[in-house]
Amino acid sequence: MISGESTTAGEPVAVAGAVVARPRVRGRFSPVDWVRRGGLSAVAFALPMLVIFTAFSWYPITRLVVLSLQSTNLVDPPSWVGLQNFRDVWSDPLFMTAVKNTAYFALLALLFGYPIPLIAAVLISESRRFRGGYSALAYLPVVIPPVVGVMLWRYVFYEPSSVGLFNTVLGWFHMGPYGWLQSTGTAMPALVVESTWANAGTTVIIYLAALMSVDRDLYDAASVDGASLWRKVWHVTVPQIRGVLLVTFMLQIIGTAQVFLEPYLFTSGGPANATLTLLLLVYQYAFGNSIGVGFGQAAALSLMVAVFLAIFALVFLRLTRSWSTT
Amino acid sequence: MKSSFRAMTLLVVAAALFLVVGAASLANAGSQAKVTINVAALRPGSSAEAQKQFDDNVALFEKQHPNIAVKPVEYAWNGATFAAQLAAGRLPTVFTVPFTDARTLGEHRQVADITAGVKKWAYYKKFQKTIIAEATTSKGRIIGVPYAAYAQALHYNRQLFRQAGLDPNKPPTTWAQLRKYAKQISQRTGAAGYAQMGLNDNTAGWIATTVTYTLGGRMEQGRGANATATLNSRFTVQALNLLKQMRWTDKSMGSTFDYTWPTINQAFAAGKIGMFINGSDIYTFLVQAANLDPKIYGIAPLPLAKQKNAGVMGGGSIAVVRPDTKGAKLNAALQWIDFFYMEKLVKKAAALRDARILVANTQPVGVPAFPIFNKVQYDRANSWIKSYINVPIKQMNPFLKGIFKQNLYPEPAASTQSVYHALDPVVQAVFADKNANVSALLAQANDVAQKAIREGK
Repeated sequence: MISGESTTAGEPVAVAGAVVARPRVRGRFSPVDWVRRGGLSAVAFALPMLVIFTAFSWYPITRLVVLSLQSTNLVDPPSWVGLQNFRDVWSDPLFMTAVKNTAYFALLALLFGYPIPLIAAVLISESRRFRGGYSALAYLPVVIPPVVGVMLWRYVFYEPSSVGLFNTVLGWFHMGPYGWLQSTGTAMPALVVESTWANAGTTVIIYLAALMSVDRDLYDAASVDGASLWRKVWHVTVPQIRGVLLVTFMLQIIGTAQVFLEPYLFTSGGPANATLTLLLLVYQYAFGNSIGVGFGQAAALSLMVAVFLAIFALVFLRLTRSWSTT
Repeated sequence: MKSSFRAMTLLVVAAALFLVVGAASLANAGSQAKVTINVAALRPGSSAEAQKQFDDNVALFEKQHPNIAVKPVEYAWNGATFAAQLAAGRLPTVFTVPFTDARTLGEHRQVADITAGVKKWAYYKKFQKTIIAEATTSKGRIIGVPYAAYAQALHYNRQLFRQAGLDPNKPPTTWAQLRKYAKQISQRTGAAGYAQMGLNDNTAGWIATTVTYTLGGRMEQGRGANATATLNSRFTVQALNLLKQMRWTDKSMGSTFDYTWPTINQAFAAGKIGMFINGSDIYTFLVQAANLDPKIYGIAPLPLAKQKNAGVMGGGSIAVVRPDTKGAKLNAALQWIDFFYMEKLVKKAAALRDARILVANTQPVGVPAFPIFNKVQYDRANSWIKSYINVPIKQMNPFLKGIFKQNLYPEPAASTQSVYHALDPVVQAVFADKNANVSALLAQANDVAQKAIREGK
């Protein structure tokens, strides 16, 4: 029997070696049976989810695909343009700039943003007395509304004049002042530092939860063997939480590939396109300079990003399947 | 028999008359059914006085037009929200757009064609050709009514001028002088001697274009999709090199290089900037939204190079109607535009009424603008409201005396925002890198702008 095929109750099944083997008959669908077996309840339970997903996920995704093949001025009926929007995006010199910038942001975020929460979580988990307080402190930036966080960093920390916080500190050593967000060299790292500060809290909490699930006996055994903190982390903690580490790695890549808030609020993609990311380019196509006529290109680029990330996630999960604990 | 026939005829005629008159009156009643229009009012966050001034105008209009109901809607032009409002059908019936965007919206049929209605107005033929051109598509259709125009101007802080040992009544008249003054202000006061918008939101490109105009350059030649981009002319190179010298050689521009329209106005009002370029009509914003102390305010015409085509770039605002407006609603929209935006420019009674309402609500009267119609009409309209003028007119004299000696030119006609957007990164590169290769960057920007023009974006 093919897995998943249903049979009617009591139907004789061909048995190897039986003297008379009757051909297997697929049972007719009976609405009464379906209802009796709880089909209606299943639909009732699934309906809210189906409606919500259809309205807010599947329909917009379908519309996005349709829009990426159309040209519209939002007034007249849209016209079909085939793959022209994709060709436009591909031939736009800003596309490669945005790809490089996004990759650069993702790389810097990986270098700064990936290990810092792990280190913080390990240190917090080691503290028995003040663990709750440290966790709250680590999570505090996540509670601050993102726009407020960006404004705080922009006008307090990154203020380019000598009254900016960073420039004041550097001024004590007769350095600066520096225009952190106004130099092509420092703008992107400045965005990554704020982004790490703003988002690390959530990852710290996830790591803490994972660390709490590690069997304490393993640490005790390692201590008995004379292992240092570093050796305990490397040989006990990391292998025990590698499943969580792999998932957060993948989520971080997906998150950073879609970075928008920081470049939009800090620099609008400047200076000289140094912080123009893929999603900011989507925004510029749709709402920036070509008022209401760049939706096709915006949809095309959104779709390209989504497909790339889906392929990345699939390949990543496939490659790391053997390392994962789940 | 004869008499009964007569009586019958009389009855039939009377009944027919009754029917005709009744039908006509019914039709008449139908045409006078109340029409409601949503109109763009003040920007969010405007003062209570400004709100009341607007509401007073609405009340008066409704009194004069009992069959039209006007609903004011908070409004500030924003390209991003425009697209969303257009898609959602939530635009007000009447709203305003800057000169910069009107033609692009018209070419894409995203605002209503009001050619027939506007041409009926008595003052239609009095519009300055360059001004009405801002609201006319390449096919000659009128898609808006220009109601306010400004010339780009040099705004300066009189107090900082004094502190730097400069005469506040003698602002710079050449770019060399401006550069020298900026350095002097910067060195003696610590404030930025000169600042310029530099954000990647098209404002950096807008001001770079303004400076290029004053040196004799233009950003494109021709109209519509056939226009040729000329961003990489020697004049633009000169304009950006001037900026480079002030930024890196003189170090007279302070430490902020990512100003945009509201932030540069606010920094100026806060006394952080000696001189900067913006439209001549920003005084209203400076006092309403940036707490400017009127005593420090000065305004002058932009320095012009001794070049044949050197001139000052203009701009302004255009009242437009949402694209799906038709019939009685369209008529009501045009009546509102005529009443609220235009009458005060051409009718004494309306000009006085408007000035009285503004003064009663402590709003500025007499902010420097540029004529929508001819100079004679502009002077006449100003003379009507002379006794109501409450802006520091003496401090505005350098501008008021000099501006009419300059040639005013419109913004680049084709893909205006895209042209500015292509220039943004070049300006930012000059601010960020003292070794920026201006010519190479402009060549790239020219290609980007040319592509946008060709595609009509």
